[in-house]
Amino acid sequence: MDCYTANWNPLGDSAFYRKYELYSMDWDLKEELRDCLVAAAPYGGPIALLRNPWRKEKTASMRPVLDIYSASGMPLASLLWKSGPVVSLGWSAEEELLCVQEDGAVLVYGLHGDFRRHFSMGNEVLQNRVLDARIFHTEFGSGVAILTGAHRFTLSANVGDLKLRRMPEVPGLQSAPSCWTTLCQDRVAQILLAVGPDLYLLDHAACSAVTPPGLAPGVSSFLQMAVSFTYRHLALFTDTGYIWMGTASLKEKLCEFNCNIRAPPKQMVWCSRPRSKERAVVVAWERRLMVVGDAPESIQYKQLTIQVLLDRLVLRRLYPLAIQICEYLRLPEVQGVSRILAHWACYKVQQKDVSDEDVARAINQKLGDTPGVSYSDIAARAYGCGRTELAIKLLEYEPRSGEQVPLLLKMKRSKLALSKAIESGDTDLVFTVLLHLKNELNRGDFFMTLRNQPMALSLYRQFCKHQELETLKDLYNQDDNHQELGSFHIRASYAAEERIEGRVAALQTAADAFYKAKNEFAAKATEDQMRLLRLQRRLEDELGGQFLDLSLHDTATTLILGGHNKRAEQLARDFRIPDKRLWWLKLTALADLEDWEELEKFSKSKKSPIGYLPFVEICMKQHNKYEAKKYASRVGPEQKVKALLLVGDVAQAADVAIEHRNEAELSLVLSHCTGATDGATADKIQRARAQAQKK
Amino acid sequence: MAAHLSYGRVNLNVLREAVRRELREFLDKCAGSKAIVWDEYLTGPFGLIAQYSLLKEHEVEKMFTLKGNRLPAADVKNIIFFVRPRLELMDIIAENVLSEDRRGPARDFHILFVPRRSLLCEQRLKDLGVLGSFIHREEYSLDLIPFDGDLLSMESESAFKECYLEGDQTSLYHAAKGLMTLQALYGTIPQIFGKGECARQVANMMIRMKREFTGSQNSIFPVFDNLLLLDRNVDLLTPLATQLTYEGLIDEIYGIQNSYVKLPPEKFAPKKQGDGGKDLPTEAKKLQLNSAEELYAEIRDKNFNAVGSVLSKKAKVISAAFEERHNAKTVGEIKQFVSQLPHMQAARGSLANHTSIAELIKDVTISGTTLASTMMAPRGTSEDFFDKLTVEQEFMSGIDTDKVNNYIEDCIAQKHPLIKVLRLVCLQSVCNSGLKQKVLDYYKREILQTYGYEHILTLHNLEKAGLLKPQPGGRNNYPTIRKTLRLWMDDVNEQNPTDISYVYSGYAPLSVRLAQLLSRPGWRSIEEVLRILPGPHFEERQPLPTGLQKKRQPGENRVTLIFFLGGVTFAEIAALRFLSQLEDGGTEYVIATTKLMNGTSWIEALMERPF
Repeated sequence: MDCYTANWNPLGDSAFYRKYELYSMDWDLKEELRDCLVAAAPYGGPIALLRNPWRKEKTASMRPVLDIYSASGMPLASLLWKSGPVVSLGWSAEEELLCVQEDGAVLVYGLHGDFRRHFSMGNEVLQNRVLDARIFHTEFGSGVAILTGAHRFTLSANVGDLKLRRMPEVPGLQSAPSCWTTLCQDRVAQILLAVGPDLYLLDHAACSAVTPPGLAPGVSSFLQMAVSFTYRHLALFTDTGYIWMGTASLKEKLCEFNCNIRAPPKQMVWCSRPRSKERAVVVAWERRLMVVGDAPESIQYKQLTIQVLLDRLVLRRLYPLAIQICEYLRLPEVQGVSRILAHWACYKVQQKDVSDEDVARAINQKLGDTPGVSYSDIAARAYGCGRTELAIKLLEYEPRSGEQVPLLLKMKRSKLALSKAIESGDTDLVFTVLLHLKNELNRGDFFMTLRNQPMALSLYRQFCKHQELETLKDLYNQDDNHQELGSFHIRASYAAEERIEGRVAALQTAADAFYKAKNEFAAKATEDQMRLLRLQRRLEDELGGQFLDLSLHDTATTLILGGHNKRAEQLARDFRIPDKRLWWLKLTALADLEDWEELEKFSKSKKSPIGYLPFVEICMKQHNKYEAKKYASRVGPEQKVKALLLVGDVAQAADVAIEHRNEAELSLVLSHCTGATDGATADKIQRARAQAQKK
Repeated sequence: MAAHLSYGRVNLNVLREAVRRELREFLDKCAGSKAIVWDEYLTGPFGLIAQYSLLKEHEVEKMFTLKGNRLPAADVKNIIFFVRPRLELMDIIAENVLSEDRRGPARDFHILFVPRRSLLCEQRLKDLGVLGSFIHREEYSLDLIPFDGDLLSMESESAFKECYLEGDQTSLYHAAKGLMTLQALYGTIPQIFGKGECARQVANMMIRMKREFTGSQNSIFPVFDNLLLLDRNVDLLTPLATQLTYEGLIDEIYGIQNSYVKLPPEKFAPKKQGDGGKDLPTEAKKLQLNSAEELYAEIRDKNFNAVGSVLSKKAKVISAAFEERHNAKTVGEIKQFVSQLPHMQAARGSLANHTSIAELIKDVTISGTTLASTMMAPRGTSEDFFDKLTVEQEFMSGIDTDKVNNYIEDCIAQKHPLIKVLRLVCLQSVCNSGLKQKVLDYYKREILQTYGYEHILTLHNLEKAGLLKPQPGGRNNYPTIRKTLRLWMDDVNEQNPTDISYVYSGYAPLSVRLAQLLSRPGWRSIEEVLRILPGPHFEERQPLPTGLQKKRQPGENRVTLIFFLGGVTFAEIAALRFLSQLEDGGTEYVIATTKLMNGTSWIEALMERPF
């Protein structure tokens, strides 16, 4: 019991410390860590070691080896480094290992040494080589900062959404800075670097000199700098043996300590225990460790959320454990089990020794229709591993065409994509595939593909109708669709052609097409139209005025209105206008002209095929009762009453109706009897009615 | 407010509120002052969802119509394009954006696609180099717009043409999406019936879409019992006939657009003495027509011949109510009277409006009887209306459908409006299962000679749609269909109808008859006719979890959602409302459609004018 404080040693006046071993490392390291590039992931994540990083010999035994261990030294992966020389290693927030090569290429590996992808830090870096590199973490993700051989900085604040930023030049910088670090303030990544006695802050827009407040004088060089994990605090180690601690904004000094050691430290880092308000900087030399602390101040620690914890388990392929946690915490399926299963499936598709069929079946058995599982995501992963066939099999389970189709297109399975898009009924999706296919295939193949997909073909036709008229013609030609070709040329005769000859030629092509389509009616009608067009042109030349594009009917009317009755007759004969319509036509035109003499002559030319009531009506329309009466007498018995009423002869109308003994006619006449003038007539009708009823 | 949407068996205000919320959320995403640039076609339908006041509340300060070149000046932070996903509109938008960039301060551009985002359109914007200029590119799933308490429409004018002529199913996809939205709000519809090719496709899409949403179990108690999907081409006849209900006639004569009608102003002039008719209004009178207006709700679905008596009865009731003021003696009585005044005045205004409309319709439809009017118009429009109706009714009852009709011939010879002629010819063709080749060619020739050869394209379209066709093998199926479905009823009662045939004064709309027979006794009784009509008929079930299965109370009516793919007329709607109101009908209907239409607007949409 008395030993509780036995292993605590005093530190200064008010603090104590103790040393004890948390756990021993399981690894069996043969070389010294000093010969390795080392990177440990945050939050007790994995550790990566690259042995012999600087060897350039090609012999296998001397090639660098990349080892990945768990935080407790359990080996997770080991692989021979076959790429270029590596300058720096670091873990991303997603526990991906970023290996920065001398040529600016960054290779990305998973926790288990699986290669994920690579990207380049840009041409400038490639040309000037990488002198130094840092992997850093911000709230947006993990970034990479590069110092090139030309002493310029390039950085990307988030390797997940790679945007390279070349930082401005530092004026007068001739050699590498003595030390530098990345900062992140107001959501902007910056670089702080030390050149001799000066400190410079670089952001993407400017380079500005900065001075830490309250720094002891006499500094001619900064040997080391360290920024805290949250980017709030900064520590500087000077060649005068001073440690300055303050806010990273360089606005405030927290404390200052003279350690009286002028040798450059090997390492300097901020450290603090979770939930502790105490912060300290640990400085390490070859054989000495120093902890420098300051007054308490509140700090917020980012905690591992349950989602991040699950992610970590998934990364370590501890799927059953992750699922148990989800179930224990009763997480909704979409956030919990479904997500874990989807991760499991993504891992499963990477097992190259299992056949496509087996993997697909295994995945479907386990996942079924679990809500929130995206088969297309899994398929995308399979495709990423080069397993296209497996990806296609998995996509079969994807119910959302909107997800299915783009991936199929990416895998260059456009025809399959087309049938999936058609199945969905989403025409926009079909269009998208069609335009893709159009670029991918040669014209012949594209048309053949369309031919087998009527729905797509109709859609594409619609597209062409508005966008590519010539293609529309080719499509109809391919299908021998002469009927539509005919219509196409009819439209063309209106749209493109101004001259009569051109229009007639287009119509001729249309007529030919209609013949081929065995649509004799349309062919003949089109030929009639050509004939009419030519005639109208001639009429315009000979008579002046406007004839073009009048209908046949209106052409005849215009001729009559212009006094060219003979020509109108000829036109009617040439185009075989039926007699009845011709009579209506003439009647209307002559009445419009108020040429009553001609109208009467016309009415007597032969027996009217439309009767004489229309004559009465049209005269009345022109308010010519006198003329109307002439025709009323010639109206046949069936319409006589109507005609007489029209000309206002109520009395005679009554007589006729009585004669006809027609009740409907009688009431019609009666309804026309107004006031005193027709009183006698009304009486007469009533008497006739009464008499009719008696019988 | 849209209280009338909640009067029906299904509260369609829920849908309206949902789409309004979606609109507000989008507007709030674009923080700051805004100008909306409208695809003009959308303004009508949007008016039914949100008035300008709603937009204003969300900082919409200016509104423009989408057109080429520069946007008009507006001192706003955001420019939002509200457009249908059409390529030609993308070109205009690009033009706007490109000419905007050259001037003054940069503004934020956004696009709201109605009803759906389109990859094709976005690709076009990308090709034109402006895709990156848009901060928000979103879709507004305004598929079905509530028009009334029992009526939803997509107001997609071109739907029929696209589906039946061009093989473009885009509107069917939107219809299926709209039905999914309805099911999300009103529960899964347990039974789907359908007739026709398009109906089949919509049902297939719905089933497929349901599979896509497996994640979210719908836990809403189903409001609809059935869905009936009907292709317009199963019943090409009904829209061709002239509607004879009050609302149908208003639509036939003046055209109702997005529930508004514009009327000739003369009859609405304020009647003041000593006016001398000097200040007759010249601007068309615009009225909104829906069931929010009590009187209109009462008369809209009546046969026009039954409207007059209702109006005169109403007139008596209202003047009696106004007379009450003489009886009001005590302060309390006067107060009571005054409190009722606003309602009475509204009723009187409503009555005046509908009396005027009824007079306008009467002038067109009912033969003029005074000598004076006959003198003015020897062959009056009303007389012609009567002749036309007679011919229509002859066709529908199967008289003389196989030869050239005199009246149609005369209409052509007198160059009556082409659409009128086409409606009649198509009606004859449909009532005869196609025309004899000779008759068909005769009509076509007459039309081309009289109206111009360019109409050959329109004729081709009508033939493609099956509205005009040669009779195949000389067999006329129409009499069988007419008799089995009892499409022609001789003893129609227009005043107190006992059958749906009152809406066309004798003809019972085929589409509604199919719905009626489905509900009782079921389609099995008419298998033979269903086989004659085009397209498959089918039934699908959408299983419900046991907790959501309905236990019907005795006497409780079923609710059927009937969806007309390709359009519906007001007379058909009236007929369905008639069925809903039957005491022993057993079924109440909610009606959805791609477009509210009539024969004229339908034919109009199928016409093609090459210049």
